Amino acid sequence: MPAGLIHENYPSDERIFQTGFVKAWLAAFLLTCALLPLVASKYVLSTLIEVGIAVIACHGLNILTGFTGQISLGQAAFMGVGAYACSILIGKVGLPFIVALPLSGGIAALVGLVFGTPSLRLRGLYLAIATIAAQFIIQFTIRRWDTLTGGVQGMYVDPGAIGPLNFSNPVHLYYLTFVLAVAATLAAKNIVRSRSGRAFVAIRDRYLAAEVIGVNLFKYRLMSFAISSFFAGIAGALLAQYLQVITHESFSIRQSVDYLAMCIVGGLGHILGGIFGVGFWFILERILELITSTLNTAFPRHVTWFVSIREVVFGLVIILFLIFEPDGLAARWRTIRSYWKLWPFSY
Amino acid sequence: MGSIYALVALGFVLIYKSTSILNLAQGEFLMVGAYICLSLTLDLKLNFLASFAVTMVFSVILGLLVERLVLRPLIGEPIISIIMVTIGLTYILRGAVIMVWGNDIRQFNIFPETPIDLWGVKITYLYLWSMGISLTLLSFFAVFFKYARTGIFMRAVADHQTAAQSMGISVKRVFALSWCIAAVVSAIGGILIGNIAGVGVELSYIGLKVLPAVIFGGLDSILGAIIGGLVVGLLEFLSAGYLDPYIPAINEVFPFIVLVLVLMIRPYGLFGIEEIERV
Repeated sequence: MPAGLIHENYPSDERIFQTGFVKAWLAAFLLTCALLPLVASKYVLSTLIEVGIAVIACHGLNILTGFTGQISLGQAAFMGVGAYACSILIGKVGLPFIVALPLSGGIAALVGLVFGTPSLRLRGLYLAIATIAAQFIIQFTIRRWDTLTGGVQGMYVDPGAIGPLNFSNPVHLYYLTFVLAVAATLAAKNIVRSRSGRAFVAIRDRYLAAEVIGVNLFKYRLMSFAISSFFAGIAGALLAQYLQVITHESFSIRQSVDYLAMCIVGGLGHILGGIFGVGFWFILERILELITSTLNTAFPRHVTWFVSIREVVFGLVIILFLIFEPDGLAARWRTIRSYWKLWPFSY
Repeated sequence: MGSIYALVALGFVLIYKSTSILNLAQGEFLMVGAYICLSLTLDLKLNFLASFAVTMVFSVILGLLVERLVLRPLIGEPIISIIMVTIGLTYILRGAVIMVWGNDIRQFNIFPETPIDLWGVKITYLYLWSMGISLTLLSFFAVFFKYARTGIFMRAVADHQTAAQSMGISVKRVFALSWCIAAVVSAIGGILIGNIAGVGVELSYIGLKVLPAVIFGGLDSILGAIIGGLVVGLLEFLSAGYLDPYIPAINEVFPFIVLVLVLMIRPYGLFGIEEIERV
């Protein structure tokens, strides 16, 4: 806690942005993000769109896995539900984008509720397996329901529009994603410190005790699933806008695992963790892409050696983080910050 | 096919039984085993039996390494860490396999292809051998857990680690041993499946496919693994036969639908031990 900050009542202790300093930095950061499209290249912009989408999805997953302790390996499938729902609502039903977007989140939340029901009886390992099953079943449905989803070929997404914004333009899509990612972060932060958020944490930490003090386990577990899937649905709808052609392969178990890994790298149970994790992941991914392409041009005869650098490195990252920094980057950030706060007189 | 599922399921169960870890990298163990055996036989022209033996040795080393380097630092960590670490392992193993062997599917051709007539059922030697090996191994482990000293140690550790340790059982050694056995068993499964379906990176998905079998039978029951494997293999086959006209290719997910149902009704499986929770 910064020196000179004394909390005299709960509201001031619970405030999200505790000092003017934090607010100033945040404002500067947001301003930078808002002005970035003026200078950024197309590549940077599209990366940032992906980052924003992943941030939304990770916040959802973090609420479910980090705060409620329900391991989910099906986040990408719920994103898929959102993506297809949004595209179908725009393309086949003809709804405007601004209606279709929240609706797709809602549909994903409903599907999440359905697959969340096993959480009534299952915990930990078994729930993780149930979400793997959910992942496969949803992906199968997308792949085989040809009339609705275009089956294996996937479907073209009609670009949405809100007023003068047209989301086939990456700059416009960037702003939409940016606004939604900020909104998602605020929403997640506020959910976590609300009554339900405290119930989530109680369930995560000791669910039997939580039940004894009157937390309705089933209700809050389902609620957590629904919130998480809602976030996933919104993220999926954005992803559909970004990709413009969606197939079932964009929402496979690999992506689910990636999102969970991002949350772990960032720090489960910290809202900042979602952002850190996604940032770390994408920076690493871009660097690896660079390395792979450089190596490929340098040694064109051994391309097969390099195709899986990405997999191996990410596997290593996951394992090393779990072994050496299980609380993720957010915890590391906290220690670094508290170290510098009193530097150089730490006693 | 069912008997091989049972064999792979056995790998899951062995690790879960003694260490309470669900090893999601089981499919990758299987794939690595199959690849090593394949390249020894085809590229180095080794005798099949010799390369089989080398593969076994390698699997033992792989299992030991994984246990020592990856899982042991995580003893006592929450379950999500352990699930994710095995997933991280799948990434590394799969990446390594692609690096070394590339992406193509290759064929073993060891067993004669000609089918023989067995009480009116046409069956190839390959399937017979697979079934034979699987069943032998399965019954061996059933007896092993029941009577052998080490098997009893393993069960004791599974039951209560601290109690087992205070009775003079080396928990670490038991952990290492069960990873070895699981790696070996899945390598055998990999070689058998590789013989039937060809060796490719897709082999690793067998690991996920077997999950329903393991859950169906109960995560900590060997008999359950056997029956679960057979039932899931059968279900896949039957759903392909009967439900396909209504929903094409339903057999790909049918085991998972069954899995969800089983989880909702009997989460601990048919033969698993029900966990009773006390405060």
